[in-house]
Amino acid sequence: MKQFLIFVRKEFYHVFRDPKTLLMLFGMPVTLILLFGFALTNEIKNSKIAVCDYANDEATQRIVEKLRANNSFEIQEVLMSHLQIEEAFKRGKIKLAIVFPTDFNSDLQHVNEAQVQVIADASDPNTATTLTNYVRNIVMSYQNEITDGKTIPYQIKTETRMLYNPELKGATNFVPGVMALVLLLVCVLMTSVSIVREKETGTMEVLLVSPFNPFLVIISKAVPYFFLSLVNLTVILVLSVFLLDMPFNGNIFLLYGESSILIITALSLGLLISNSTQSQQAAMLISLLGMLFPTLMFTGFLFPLENMPLPLQVIANIVPSKWYYIIVKSIMIKGLGFSAIWKETLILVSMTVVLLFVSFKKFKIRLA
Amino acid sequence: MADIAISTNKLTKRFGDFVATNEITFDVQQGEIFGFLGANGAGKTTAMRMLCGLSVPSSGEATIAGYDIYKQTEEIKKHIGYMSQKFSLYEDLNVIENIRFFGGIYGLSGKEIKEKSNTLINQLGLQHEAKKLVGSLPLGWKQKLAFSVAILHEPKIVFLDEPTGGVDPVTRRQFWDLIYAAADRGITIFVTTHYMDEAEYCNRISMMVDGVIKALDTPRNLKKQFSAASMDEVFFELARGAQRKAD
Amino acid sequence: MRTLKFLLRKEFRQIFRNRALLPMIFIMPILQLLVIPLAADYEVKNINISVVDHDHSTYSRELISKIHSSGYFRLADYSNSFNDAFKQIENNKSDLVLEIPHGFERNLIRENSQQLFIAVNAINGIKASLGGAYLNNIIAGYNADLRVQLTEVQKFSRRPTIHITSSNWFNTLLNYTYFMVPGIMVSLITMVGVYMCALNIVKEKETGTIEQINVTPIKKYHFILGKLIPFWLIGVFIFSVSLFGVARGVYGIVPVGNVGLLYAFLAVFLVAVLGIGLLISTYSETQQQAMSLAFFFMMVFILMSGLFTSVDSMPEWAIVIAKCNPMTYFIEVNRMVILKGSSFADLKNHFLIMGGFAVVFNTWAILNYKKTS
Repeated sequence: MKQFLIFVRKEFYHVFRDPKTLLMLFGMPVTLILLFGFALTNEIKNSKIAVCDYANDEATQRIVEKLRANNSFEIQEVLMSHLQIEEAFKRGKIKLAIVFPTDFNSDLQHVNEAQVQVIADASDPNTATTLTNYVRNIVMSYQNEITDGKTIPYQIKTETRMLYNPELKGATNFVPGVMALVLLLVCVLMTSVSIVREKETGTMEVLLVSPFNPFLVIISKAVPYFFLSLVNLTVILVLSVFLLDMPFNGNIFLLYGESSILIITALSLGLLISNSTQSQQAAMLISLLGMLFPTLMFTGFLFPLENMPLPLQVIANIVPSKWYYIIVKSIMIKGLGFSAIWKETLILVSMTVVLLFVSFKKFKIRLA
Repeated sequence: MADIAISTNKLTKRFGDFVATNEITFDVQQGEIFGFLGANGAGKTTAMRMLCGLSVPSSGEATIAGYDIYKQTEEIKKHIGYMSQKFSLYEDLNVIENIRFFGGIYGLSGKEIKEKSNTLINQLGLQHEAKKLVGSLPLGWKQKLAFSVAILHEPKIVFLDEPTGGVDPVTRRQFWDLIYAAADRGITIFVTTHYMDEAEYCNRISMMVDGVIKALDTPRNLKKQFSAASMDEVFFELARGAQRKAD
Repeated sequence: MRTLKFLLRKEFRQIFRNRALLPMIFIMPILQLLVIPLAADYEVKNINISVVDHDHSTYSRELISKIHSSGYFRLADYSNSFNDAFKQIENNKSDLVLEIPHGFERNLIRENSQQLFIAVNAINGIKASLGGAYLNNIIAGYNADLRVQLTEVQKFSRRPTIHITSSNWFNTLLNYTYFMVPGIMVSLITMVGVYMCALNIVKEKETGTIEQINVTPIKKYHFILGKLIPFWLIGVFIFSVSLFGVARGVYGIVPVGNVGLLYAFLAVFLVAVLGIGLLISTYSETQQQAMSLAFFFMMVFILMSGLFTSVDSMPEWAIVIAKCNPMTYFIEVNRMVILKGSSFADLKNHFLIMGGFAVVFNTWAILNYKKTS
């Protein structure tokens, strides 16, 4: 046991003596929380749109005023032909154009019908549909205003309640995702690299010929990252609760327990990568180039998994962070207990067992 | 002057408060085998890196092959060879490819490279290994190959930083044969080593302690001066007074 | 010139000899480009809904079948009470609950108005608000139908109506992959460029071969060019395979604009990106340090590039970061040229800024790269 602690201490030295590694280890979670909390949003705001008001009458002015009041738009009033609108799209000057034809109001008054044209730059389909919908809603609300006074019979009203996140904040969704992302990627990366480095420099041989059990050598490399990850987890939680006003409804010990399982899964994956590669370069490229995007996408926090084509939903099942993400949401936000997440927990544990089994098998072959 | 290969005058390198080499002054003749000895941390490597143009001196003067160490580093680099204690060929290139690469870098023509690599491979007996990756060769062969590559372009001076570390006695002997052969061709050898038997092979030796040169003479004279039976004793006699801890 | 030839030959040999790295440089990006864009779709479909129908009337059944046939919703289950339905939300079985009160049909006729209750799992705010909006639209549609049915031909046509015609240019079918593929292409190329370049140079530092190079008469810029050119070519190669093989062959995205323009921008962009790799390598002594730095910056670059979320929607301080990120510009250019056919005149500023990045990063790196200490 004493020897084991000596090894663990050596690993801690490796980590703490290198400020650049520390930047990644501790700087990244903080940066990600800040970016996701304050910079990144799925909402569409401050979009530049052009209003081509050929009518410029009472009605159109009223609508434009309503558009102005909405912070989704930055309005430029210019008269443009379709060709000019296309030019503006190509230059990236505007994302949407609204064209009011001449006689808009008089048509509305006399014929009871008027036309308005909404043209969106759909090279970004999400922005295009969202902005079009916003404009549609605003125009509709104007229409309702002018028909006021008449009561509409047989009205079905709805009361909508937003559960868990009444203000529809992005952070509620992102924070559990960031936790999954950081814990998984950092652990995989650090263990795989630190083991392969010893292989590359030859110090691994030295450790393996020592009277110390070779499996303990490997485990001692993982221990510091286990604890550092728990520290990271704590930092993320503190920041998200106190800075981003995230709710914390569940049992904190349960969350730490489940997080420990994910960390161990990640460490096992790192171990497997390190046993399958010979150079640091290869280990890093697998862990970074190979895992960054799949983890970002298949955890399910950027894009809902159920929207994906079926084969991709199947692929997502082998990404450990997907299961952890579900667990964190259940504990932190929904405030559920273990009975609600035993299935996900079981999956993570099984993944870990399989990964450990395969990598120890590989390791044994190398030793023999 | 033409027959002086290296000349230094009060050459000094400081890292902050720490003076790694302190006003060292010596001359090395052309064609000489010059042993540069000292305990770990005595400042040998720092001195050597300055002479090779890898590190800029804090003060003092030096000329290498007649070129000034401050102003003419690029000229110096054309006329020296260097082999460091870390193995410095590309392990993922094969023997021939390494030779061609370094030959090409020093501006040898295609024909020269071809001739030289043939003689070199024959000399080292690497005919069967020519197409093997350098990383797969035993350490002794690698070191001999690295030395041969370092003098491929017929430099005036070659710097060897602990070239025989970790190599067996037989290979070391062969390595020194290569060194003698190079010296016979007029190449100046500037070598650091920890092996005192190797020190005896040198024409002259300098002993560095705590960043200064404590003794400089032929091995025979040094032994006489310290009334010692072997170079080992000379070394102990000098190194005992060292203040700096070896690293 | 001759020195450069020898350096390049050496670099290419080393790259192509490394069996472990080759598939990662060439296959991994392509493979990911084949999969990732399919996963990136904001369109919300397959929303699971739990219905609590206390009324069991003709109207309530009609409304439910209307919701069902809309194509957006999947009926997860019928629950007897709101609490049962809420359990479904807790277990992720359903996203949304619709509760129809007892006496819905009777009271709608009698009191002229009735209220339905909707509860949405709003952890993912975007999905929640879209789902809620869809459901409200369907209910409003049903309401309108019902009204016509009940009031027969009244004078509703007299209401002033504004007809909105909307058109979606450049991507009429609102195909999300058209938007994602050009962006992901850029991210993958950036990753390959930065990682490979930074790690490669630091590896020479770590193994000590760089010392050997430093004592030779090789000029600083020769050595750096010898490193940059191979990765530059690899970047161009991966881009070409992505553009013609994957984007066109698999996703059917045919660039509307001038492909030559894209390559011109790529050429400058790669110089900038490799400059970043070079810069990272000059600040690192070990591969682990280089990797840590590269990982950190890549993460920030990817998130702050407008790849997933719009740059315009960010707060001002974040927009400043996005503007300092070379990826932002190339993603924009790639999308503009491929989807909209923007011309050089439209992209002048982008070229200028990217040229600036290329000069700044490389100059900084070269100044910081020392042959001597």
